[in-house]
Amino acid sequence: MSTASLISVQEVSKTFGNFQALNTVSLEICQGERVVVCGPSGSGKSTLIRCINQLEHHETGKILIDGVEVKDGLKNQRQTLSRLGMVFQQFNLFPHLSVLDNLTLGPQRARKMEKAEAEALAMSYLERVDIPEQAGKFPRQLSGGQQQRVAIARSLCMEPDIMLFDEPTSALDPEMINEVLDVMVELAGSGMTMICVTHEMGFARKVADKMVFMDHGEIVESARPEKFFSNPDSSRCQDFLQKILRH
Amino acid sequence: MTRLLAITGFILFLSGCSGNWGWYVVNPTTKNGLSNLGFLLDGLYYTVLISLCAILISVVIGLLIALPGLSSKRRFRGINRTYVELVRAVPILVLILWVYYGLPQLAGISISVFWAGVLALALSDSAFEAEIFRAGIQSIDKGQYEAAHSISLNYTDTMRYVILPQAIRRILPALGNQLVYMLKMSSLVSIIGLQELTRRANELVVTEYRPLEIYTILVLEYLFLILIVSAGVRWLEKRMQTDVRH
Ligand SMILES: Nc1ncnc2c1ncn2[C@@H]1O[C@H](COP(=O)(O)OP(=O)(O)O)[C@@H](O)[C@H]1O
Ligand SMILES: [Mg+2]
Repeated sequence: MSTASLISVQEVSKTFGNFQALNTVSLEICQGERVVVCGPSGSGKSTLIRCINQLEHHETGKILIDGVEVKDGLKNQRQTLSRLGMVFQQFNLFPHLSVLDNLTLGPQRARKMEKAEAEALAMSYLERVDIPEQAGKFPRQLSGGQQQRVAIARSLCMEPDIMLFDEPTSALDPEMINEVLDVMVELAGSGMTMICVTHEMGFARKVADKMVFMDHGEIVESARPEKFFSNPDSSRCQDFLQKILRH
Repeated sequence: MTRLLAITGFILFLSGCSGNWGWYVVNPTTKNGLSNLGFLLDGLYYTVLISLCAILISVVIGLLIALPGLSSKRRFRGINRTYVELVRAVPILVLILWVYYGLPQLAGISISVFWAGVLALALSDSAFEAEIFRAGIQSIDKGQYEAAHSISLNYTDTMRYVILPQAIRRILPALGNQLVYMLKMSSLVSIIGLQELTRRANELVVTEYRPLEIYTILVLEYLFLILIVSAGVRWLEKRMQTDVRH
């Protein structure tokens, strides 16, 4: 087991009632690595990344972030978990706050920044996702693509070391998918460690260092993209790729 | 506007009815009528004050009781259920009597009529406020908590900046209803002698013996108060809806 891993998932299992959502899953992710996770609906992709940032609590196995264990009930996890940013399929922006306030809330409350400093930080990330002119608007006034970019900026304002994406483009109209993927490609280029659950295989080919295929709560295939796309070991993965790449 | 017409019509109807109307008793052009009218209207002060104090306190208690009701731990939810069921089971009038006559003996304190009234009304209403808050908070999407978690907000900040501002906008109409309810229930505090609208009307009826006119005025006083509150709540709702999606 390499100690250089930034994220280490060791034989993690998670059940909902008597449904096994994750079955002894192990995964090592290094600093700066970009991992793309795919697999059929219900295969446990969301559960995996939600266990990593403790939105779900795993029952057995270990999850280490930079060598520090995260687990339900352990004290002083906030510091460790604050190294993780998360982008959701449904954006989950705060509808009652302006775009700027969505971005400054975390820095002001959790990072104890002054208002002016937090606003400067927020504006710099809004520029980075290319919508500084929307700062004063409310989320509902923006398009889906713009909302998702705001959500990415909101996460980046916490200056995380690792970004988790859970199907960030699945709720978007097709014409807005690329504006969000462009931001993610740019982020990957900046050296951010990323775990992306997505079925955007063009994006995966462009940025992934490692491809992971999940099915029935297990990691069935984990390979470099060249190998993953040209000749995956498992037949389940081949079938899946055929289905999503057919068109 | 239509409502105002209806009310005016109602009054005209009443005064047109046969029977011995004696409006002289509150005729502001006579010295006695003016002083009677003033005596009745002065009751507005305590009615409004006691209702506002009680609703403020009951909202705070209600929120504090609602929060454990949202916990995943059964023991905390039990605290919430017990409080709500117990308090809801006591009639307001009984609670007023108990707080004013019983509590001082039990706790060895003296309590003024006003604060006994505030306390009883607030306690009684707090069970309903707790249920309103619980429903309002539960209506907020789970994704909002997850987003707050993902930017490292702790429980207090999540509630204060993310969940409650949205929940309060949604429960505003229900909170407005509770205020209306409170204004009406405050009339029960007349029983322990607080000089609010109803008590004053009762006292005047005893000396003037014109119950029809005096209680008609009393009805109009409550009507007037409650129409103002309703209009205020609608105004607030409109203002808050301009910056939030529903
Ligand atoms: N909170 C939950 N309660 C019960 N079952 C759940 C819950 N979350 C997920 N599941 C179940 O776990 C399985 C894996 O879910 P998920 O990780 O969301 O899959 P994916 O993201 O790959 O589509 C699904 O069958 C889903 O129904
Ligand atoms: Mg999912």
